[in-house]
Amino acid sequence: MSTDSAPLHPNEALKSRSNYLRGNLAEVIADPLTGSIPEEEVQLIKFHGSYLQDDRDVRAERRKKKLEKAYSFLIRVRVPGGVCTPDQWLAMDTIADTWANGSLRLTTRQAFQLHGVIKGNLKTTIQSINQALLDTIAACGDVNRNVMCNPNPHLSGLHGQVLQTARDISTHLLPRTRAYHEIWLDEEKVAGGEPEEEPIYGKTYLPRKFKVAIAVPPSNDVDVFAHDLGFIAIADAEGNLQGFNVTVGGGMGMTHGREDTFPRVADGLGYIPADKVVEVAEKVVLVQRDFGNRSDRARARLKYTIHERGIDWFRKEVESRLGWTFEPEAPYAFSSTGDRYGWVKGTDGRFHLTLFIQNGRIKDTADYPLKTGLREIARIHKGDLRLTANQNLIIAGVLPEDRAAIEQLIHQYKLYRGLHQTGLRMNSMACVALPTCGLALAESERYLPTLVSQLEDVMKECGMRDDEIVIRMTGCSNGCARPYLAEIGLVGKAPGVYNVYLGAAFNGSRLNKLYRDSVPQNNLLPLLSSIIRDYSTSRKPGERFGDFTIRAGYVKPTLKGPDFHDEIRYKEYQI
Amino acid sequence: MATNRKIIPDHAPFSPQEAEWLNHFLTRMTGEQAQWLSGFMSGYQVSLLQGGMRGAAHVMETGLLDADSQTLPAPVAQPSLKPSITILYGTESGNAESLAAEAKKKASRLGFKARMLDMADARPTDLPMEENLMVIISTWGAGDPPERASEYHSKLMSQEASRIEDLRYAVLGLGDSSYEQFCQMGKVFDSRLQQLGGNRVGDRCDCDTDYESMAHAWIDQTLNTMLEHAKAAVPVTSGGAAPADFISISGTQAAPSEVYCIYGKKNPFPSTLLDRVVLNGTGSSKETLHLEFSLEDSGLIYEPGDAIAILPVNCPEVVRDIIHAAGLSPEYPVTSKEGDPVDLESYILKECDATSLSKLLIQKYHELSPNDELAELLRPESKAKLQEFIWGREIVDLLVEYPIPNLSPDNLIQLFRRLPPRLYSIAASIKANPEQVHLTVAAVRYYTHRRNRKGVCSTFLADRVAVGEKVPLYVQPNRHFRLPADPEVPIIMVGPGTGVAPFRAFMQERQVTGAKGKNWLFYGDRHFTTDFLYQLEWQDYHKDGLLTRMDVAFSRDTPERIYVQHRMLEHSREIFGWLEEGASFYVCGDASRMAADVHDTLIRIVSREGDKSPEEATDYVNQLKKSNRYQRDVY
Repeated sequence: MSTDSAPLHPNEALKSRSNYLRGNLAEVIADPLTGSIPEEEVQLIKFHGSYLQDDRDVRAERRKKKLEKAYSFLIRVRVPGGVCTPDQWLAMDTIADTWANGSLRLTTRQAFQLHGVIKGNLKTTIQSINQALLDTIAACGDVNRNVMCNPNPHLSGLHGQVLQTARDISTHLLPRTRAYHEIWLDEEKVAGGEPEEEPIYGKTYLPRKFKVAIAVPPSNDVDVFAHDLGFIAIADAEGNLQGFNVTVGGGMGMTHGREDTFPRVADGLGYIPADKVVEVAEKVVLVQRDFGNRSDRARARLKYTIHERGIDWFRKEVESRLGWTFEPEAPYAFSSTGDRYGWVKGTDGRFHLTLFIQNGRIKDTADYPLKTGLREIARIHKGDLRLTANQNLIIAGVLPEDRAAIEQLIHQYKLYRGLHQTGLRMNSMACVALPTCGLALAESERYLPTLVSQLEDVMKECGMRDDEIVIRMTGCSNGCARPYLAEIGLVGKAPGVYNVYLGAAFNGSRLNKLYRDSVPQNNLLPLLSSIIRDYSTSRKPGERFGDFTIRAGYVKPTLKGPDFHDEIRYKEYQI
Repeated sequence: MATNRKIIPDHAPFSPQEAEWLNHFLTRMTGEQAQWLSGFMSGYQVSLLQGGMRGAAHVMETGLLDADSQTLPAPVAQPSLKPSITILYGTESGNAESLAAEAKKKASRLGFKARMLDMADARPTDLPMEENLMVIISTWGAGDPPERASEYHSKLMSQEASRIEDLRYAVLGLGDSSYEQFCQMGKVFDSRLQQLGGNRVGDRCDCDTDYESMAHAWIDQTLNTMLEHAKAAVPVTSGGAAPADFISISGTQAAPSEVYCIYGKKNPFPSTLLDRVVLNGTGSSKETLHLEFSLEDSGLIYEPGDAIAILPVNCPEVVRDIIHAAGLSPEYPVTSKEGDPVDLESYILKECDATSLSKLLIQKYHELSPNDELAELLRPESKAKLQEFIWGREIVDLLVEYPIPNLSPDNLIQLFRRLPPRLYSIAASIKANPEQVHLTVAAVRYYTHRRNRKGVCSTFLADRVAVGEKVPLYVQPNRHFRLPADPEVPIIMVGPGTGVAPFRAFMQERQVTGAKGKNWLFYGDRHFTTDFLYQLEWQDYHKDGLLTRMDVAFSRDTPERIYVQHRMLEHSREIFGWLEEGASFYVCGDASRMAADVHDTLIRIVSREGDKSPEEATDYVNQLKKSNRYQRDVY
């Protein structure tokens, strides 16, 4: 195996000497002359839920102005299962205005993200988040991240059970170090106490990030196959949780130009009873801790461990640690990855309203006071608020008698806009990318809405205003918006240049495949328009866009992860 | 070997050989030599008038020089029958001090036994010993005395001030008529001295920013009047009329450097703008300019702490609006103060203060064409109303809101005072930037009474001068804002906003000269990300160990406004420790609030950390001031 001979990645030594994620974080945060922190702490602070970024729009002017880069921090707030209280929403709303750039972002993994927090305010911000009974620990870094869960508004009882499961997994897999509490919450160091331990992670934590999601069929809104570890809930005839089909080895990220890196759809391990889920999650983490690649971070995710050693080896390894074996997978079926917009009535008689939030960005504009409107709703709302895996928001658990008041606010603040978008826009998703993300090679959140508007015209022209096509864009190949599971995937390669991927399954069960490499932004519209027009005239009844592009020969299907790079018809885009 | 630069101009009264010889010497002269020589020459000139080298001794005695006495003949005792005069001055920018030096020169020439005395070094209780007293004092802010004169002022106003029955006195006030309390300190000193029994000789003179010719004439006249009174008076018999110890001008330099260089206030140097950068990042609400000017071939030198005076040109739109509102033609020929024929527009552009609205100006305007509303505003009881009217308005508003039909061009230009130069603290050390000077200037722009307003000089520098073009400027020395002579002495600097400018100069100077003293800077502005002026430079100085500590306060990054004084309090123990070690304390920037808050905080720190009562702490801080260890450059 490659890890036996290759030297460890420098981050491994860094984690090891960090004294359980402390490093010099406390000191470098206090340095008033710079808004930045040194490289070693840049790595460590991720484990605390934050990334160092800078405003790339202004990089060019800064040195001439005798200023360092316009540094700020992203803070990711864990919301296990995506469910928060109205009070927590109000707290985040205030924190965004007070300490961040005035907007909130709902992420593709059901977390809140704040952008533009300067170093001097980092500690106060994290304290405010904790005061709202939310936190940021392990929201990033080589650990288990925010645990996702289908927000399933209509099967209320089942949702309550899987949400609890998500929270249990989340709590169990949290790092045990007190570093977070000492650095951000002024917890006193316990002198002469027991030596600290990370019973699950050890000193070097995991080789790479680790993502868990729980899906409730028929919805695959969480993109369960895109996660390191997935649980597909299986309910009995009465809608009570019975157990889970377990999936492992999914993941999106890859590196441009490295064919040994690829997105991968997860494999099934089998079925487990509901009460075994935390135990299974721990053992899967332990196997990856012990066998994951710690030399090459581009190949350190669980998907490569399983790709190299095989799913059967992996299942045995987990089973030997469990002391029992998986049952055969239970039958289930997924229909889609999207959200169902509008009001639905749950089995408990309460109402739930799903609003489309473009790219998950909560902010006010002159003609669309989304942030204010949601704040006003949170002030009167008695249920909860749920962040979906598609960056949308559910105002959940509204009593029948309170529905009118909510609707009045929806109307007052024009939030109905989030209900009447086209099928294409409602199924669009973009990562943040420029100007803050350090990895971005191209625009994403600032560009996709424009492209969608252009494509909408074509869709309407073809009479497909409400037809759903999943379109996702990212500014780089790391896949935050899960573009490789989109029927139209657009992945940035350079400023104004994108790779175009086609052929993913609408229900998230099949990856797409590269259709055109390095397409200039201005050519995306003609390129995609012609395929959409072809689809509108040549599709079979009920045929999804992704399936059509395979049948019509635009791309070959990707059946397994490594196949992603095979049988690509056109390497270079030619006009 | 260095070639000679041409410093002595062609029109100078020297033969080519003499000029060449002088150029040879001046080219190689150090700054220190130049300073010394300038002081020497100004005194020597006096002695020439009085005949021979004996005058050089006189120069020594009257304290214009701080020279090595061994190189000059010993002082010659003066006849004690001469009338004595003390020129008592309170200075902030150095103008009152320059006038005092001039008055002393003139007084000596007239045969007075003259001395000049800084209020910072004087006590009102010594006043009864004076025979003739000339007071020259400037007014700052809301009618306040100069920082260095504040203690003298408060003592003079208090019960402890002595009666001064025999004292002949006269007061010259410096001020800016665009401020409400114009020449307030001159008025206060004048009436207080009279109240204490003083015998006023001649009327007080209230000078505006264009003060020179008025002040010179007044000094001549007043000295002559005093001399006549002195001759007529019965000779003083006590024999103790004049204090025995003459005090020399404080500091180590003898006279302002403008004396040395051919370029100065009367002859500003046309300096090329080499570079201009807006230091604030995109998205900032501020617009702070970093400006680099060439001093090549000017002979101008400066010390860290000095200021540069810029002669701006008005904004053409403002001038056009004024001429339009007056219903006049821009081409109308008028005569400049120099007697040259020019057109109205270019005359106002270059020579007139075309913006500052003052009571004086409204008065003149009202006299041209009586107006009930203006008459109402000008009534003594309408002070608050007048102030409210002036706030946010400029001259153009007066012309638009109260138009005078058939206003003549001459009437119009009579309204204006001369366009005053603007002073900016220098942000560089000449040792680190040979033949250059750098400024840090905040562009002033705001909107009031339905018009966009622009600071005359700051927007001149921001918008109306292109890089490569020339700007007239001269050096305005500030000898009361100087690095400690001892390079080992630690310094604490408080300079938020553009107030950080002289501290950039201090750090450059201490780096180039290898000064070992510790340095601690407190800086603040609105936002860390966009308004951290010279951030990369401070980072480098900190990394190099030159900048020992730096603490910052960005007021708009948090809901609670955090300012430099709050950061000072957080580190009060260390600050007191530094002061006890002998550190000097410097403040530069906003006078109206920041400097006062920092001052109060300093007293609090001394009280808290030194376990002193508020009075003791105030004394401690006053002692710092007296020993020149607490210096301020505030505006």
